[in-house]
Amino acid sequence: MAQQGFQLAGGREIVLPVSKAVEIALRSLKIRFGRSLITTSGIILAIAFLMSVWSGADIVTSLKEAGKSEIDLLLQKKGIETGTAQGVNATGEDRSRLEEESSKQTWLVSLSLLVCVVGIANAMLMSVTERFREIGTMKCLGALDSFIIKLFLLESTFQGVAGTLVGIVIGLVLTTALAMLDYGYFIFTYFPTASVIESAGAAMLAGTILSLIGAMLPAYTAAKMEPVEAMRSDT
Amino acid sequence: MTEETEVAKKAPEENRTVVRTQEVKKTFVMGELEVHALRGVDLEIYTGEYLSIMGPSGSGKSTLFNMIGGLDKPSHGKVYIDEVDVAQLDAYELAWLRCRKIGYIFQSFNLIPVMTALENVTLPMVFAGLTSDESRDKGLDLLKKVGLGERHSHKPPELSGGQQQRVAVARALANDPAIVLADEPTGNLDLTTGTEIIELLREMNEKSGVTIISATHDHKMLSVSDRVVWIRDGQIERIADRADLDIEVTKVAGE
Repeated sequence: MAQQGFQLAGGREIVLPVSKAVEIALRSLKIRFGRSLITTSGIILAIAFLMSVWSGADIVTSLKEAGKSEIDLLLQKKGIETGTAQGVNATGEDRSRLEEESSKQTWLVSLSLLVCVVGIANAMLMSVTERFREIGTMKCLGALDSFIIKLFLLESTFQGVAGTLVGIVIGLVLTTALAMLDYGYFIFTYFPTASVIESAGAAMLAGTILSLIGAMLPAYTAAKMEPVEAMRSDT
Repeated sequence: MTEETEVAKKAPEENRTVVRTQEVKKTFVMGELEVHALRGVDLEIYTGEYLSIMGPSGSGKSTLFNMIGGLDKPSHGKVYIDEVDVAQLDAYELAWLRCRKIGYIFQSFNLIPVMTALENVTLPMVFAGLTSDESRDKGLDLLKKVGLGERHSHKPPELSGGQQQRVAVARALANDPAIVLADEPTGNLDLTTGTEIIELLREMNEKSGVTIISATHDHKMLSVSDRVVWIRDGQIERIADRADLDIEVTKVAGE
């Protein structure tokens, strides 16, 4: 009889508390708003950088494809080779310089994303350490490891999504503003809406995945904690 | 409580064991040093009784307590809760056991600070798979029983220590457990509120027949306990039951 009860209860447990986990995660974020803001700002900066690089490239490509001579002139001033001006500007030296620049940029973007992941992991680890007793208590009350993992992954995902959204907007707005300074109103005439949306989607995906990766180890640490921790009375 | 009702309550349950420990030993290895926290404890706890475990700190009291609660596994020997060997359970079944069979009360209350009293009480019910309507009704009912009916929407920081511990008592009873484990439930409370909590526990014990096991060195516990187990140096020093205790309590009071 006891055995049957075990299976029955187990089956029901996994389905239900997702909404509860979402609720708890949101609330823990709210109560530690200051710190989650700092963590989120890390994501915002990294994603803004990523987005500005991507959307900047999108805009330039779109302007190049426009094939207007006055735009090409502006592009050439910036040192960007264009289809119409191949003979004039594209010396081998220039090309290698441009390639070097873009690989440098890739390198910078990946570094900033890496720093961002480390930041998230650090913040989540702190959050776990701070809540040892809370986690232990929940385990005493019958929470499964998977529930605890869900809790922390959700928390980090919310931060990640919020930060990424803000980051995308900031990156896009800044890049557009800078591009307008360089190329004037042409960028609105030839604004690459489709490819910018595509870039934003990719950035969204990147931000979410990064915040999940950052939270994995802390969430696992939390879930594997023994409920005895909750009994320790030293605060 | 009169002698007669006491007997009437105990008689049919006397032979039902809810927790049984068999030669339980626990050794902690700290670097080169081996610490024997428990050196072979045999103990039977019966359904419906109010049992206190007493002993100085470092006596192995907490270790034994954690074993009984399925929070720790013995290095040697066996712990049976409802005739189920705790060591045989996997993580899933242990969570089930903690959720349905055991209610925990802690010295430092351990309520989740971001949740209201009602949410704290209903959390174990969520883990048990109750719908939110069911758990809401049950949670309110439990809070009423512990005398906090109208404070259900308060968060722990807005409640006094005694009130927080009352919420914890309600939470411990959330899934109608067989056992309530209380670890120094009065340790962080003043004399009056401590007594109130002890009385509340006793009341729950009498009303719903839940077994209460409490680790304590609060002598106020003596007067309400059906049995008291003294632990010293990882072994049971002495077990006293109701009759012996009454004599002792009067003796202490007389001094």
